[in-house]
Amino acid sequence: MTPEELFDIEIQLLMEGVYQVYGYDFREYAESSLRRRLSQWLAGSGCATLSLAQSQILRDRQFFDTLLRGITVNVSEMFRDPAFFKAIREQVVPYLKTYPFVKIWLAGCATGEEAYSMAILLLEEGLKGRFRIYATDINEEVIRKAQDGIYPLQELQHFTRNYQHAGGTGSFSDYYTARYNHAILAPSLRENIVFAAHNLAVDTDFGEMNMILCRNVMIYFKQSLKERVLGLFDSSLLPGGFLCLGTKESLEHRRISDRYDTVAARMPIYRKRYEKK
Amino acid sequence: MKKNSVCPFKAVVIGVSTGGVSALKFLLGSLPKNFPAPVLVVTHITPDSDDGLAVLLDTMCTIRVKEADEQEFVVPGTAYLAPANYHLLVERGGSLTFSVDPPVNFARPSVDVLFETAADVFGSALIGVVLTGAGSDGSRGLLRIKQSGGMTIVQEPADAELSSMPESALQMVKADHIVCLNEIPRLLTKLLAG
Ligand SMILES: C[S@@+](CC[C@H](N)C(=O)[O-])C[C@H]1O[C@@H](n2cnc3c(N)ncnc32)[C@H](O)[C@@H]1O
Repeated sequence: MTPEELFDIEIQLLMEGVYQVYGYDFREYAESSLRRRLSQWLAGSGCATLSLAQSQILRDRQFFDTLLRGITVNVSEMFRDPAFFKAIREQVVPYLKTYPFVKIWLAGCATGEEAYSMAILLLEEGLKGRFRIYATDINEEVIRKAQDGIYPLQELQHFTRNYQHAGGTGSFSDYYTARYNHAILAPSLRENIVFAAHNLAVDTDFGEMNMILCRNVMIYFKQSLKERVLGLFDSSLLPGGFLCLGTKESLEHRRISDRYDTVAARMPIYRKRYEKK
Repeated sequence: MKKNSVCPFKAVVIGVSTGGVSALKFLLGSLPKNFPAPVLVVTHITPDSDDGLAVLLDTMCTIRVKEADEQEFVVPGTAYLAPANYHLLVERGGSLTFSVDPPVNFARPSVDVLFETAADVFGSALIGVVLTGAGSDGSRGLLRIKQSGGMTIVQEPADAELSSMPESALQMVKADHIVCLNEIPRLLTKLLAG
């Protein structure tokens, strides 16, 4: 047996144990990414093998938390893929404006950049007081960071460029104050966002949403888990609601796809049909 | 490891940076339509690029060239380019996945990520090729391919538009072949013929 094959077996055993002890289910995550992240975590853990680490992982919650941080990829940015946010602004917001109140579920919000981007977009489009964003993530530590809305100043240049390319109508500097080497987002942006812990692999649906965004989260999932999560979204979304995925994701070949229409060309933005099945 | 007598290799992975467009035009453009393995390519492109390079290369090559799709199974005679701003990874069973993990060697997509995951999956049935470019992306990945028993090819630095990427690879790996770009198509075809 090669070391790689052995490592794969250790991963499977560990993920089974983690699920049974902590309820976190990584058993259906795409393997190559998980393998890379686990070997990086292992290298910094002080343990020689994953099997040796397993004993402590299953007994020591704090040690497990370091593993959890190592496994979940919390990379995000404001207005990532500006063309996507432009399409939302131009092709989805006109529909949203016709509702008295809009509920949005943003699943896998990481450190909050995407939720704040949506809030800025909706405020600029005149939806003040008429929307609420439920931003959720499996990782409670990043949710706390998301609530703070504080980002390293050096990232702001990039965020600003994204904002402009995404069709922002204001001046991005109005949305934050710089303090030392951090940018603190305006607290008013947070008023319409609820941050909460939610695990797409094990928790239930959210109910009655007009729009769901889940970008660059399911790329880490295997087919079976993707289908589960899409089913969750489908049952949480009102007819006429919008489902938005990451730039390189699509509903093609997915079980729920025949209930959805494509909204924007070459963009993973879908609308749930009104007809009942 | 058992070796298939017909074609000893299951995939070719290519990493390239500065000078990549013309290198790929030549290299992919010289491969025959019935090329017996899939070709997976990481070239460093700016985060906001679309699939324009893949579309362009497809019009110029006899093999099929496309931007990789999520969970697509790779097939021979086709070259798959990593999309901008995503790492390209190979899964067991030969499907492709993406990640938005932080850049590796300042690059996303990163050559190392593709090479390392491909080495895990294809083992000794993999050919890794490092071409022209700045920086050192691809060196660690090529080492992994070598350690897994795969075949390693590096473009002769003097022949490269930018030599640091091949030089860095050669510092880390005792490559099986160090050749000029214009010899690589023939070398690949020969290796794949067994
Ligand atoms: C790469 S980030 C994507 C952030 C943001 N949506 C974007 O596109 O910029 C992926 C996020 O998904 C979260 N995640 C991973 N597995 C999850 C699960 N089972 N349930 C909920 N969130 C999960 C991770 O913690 C991480 O914050």
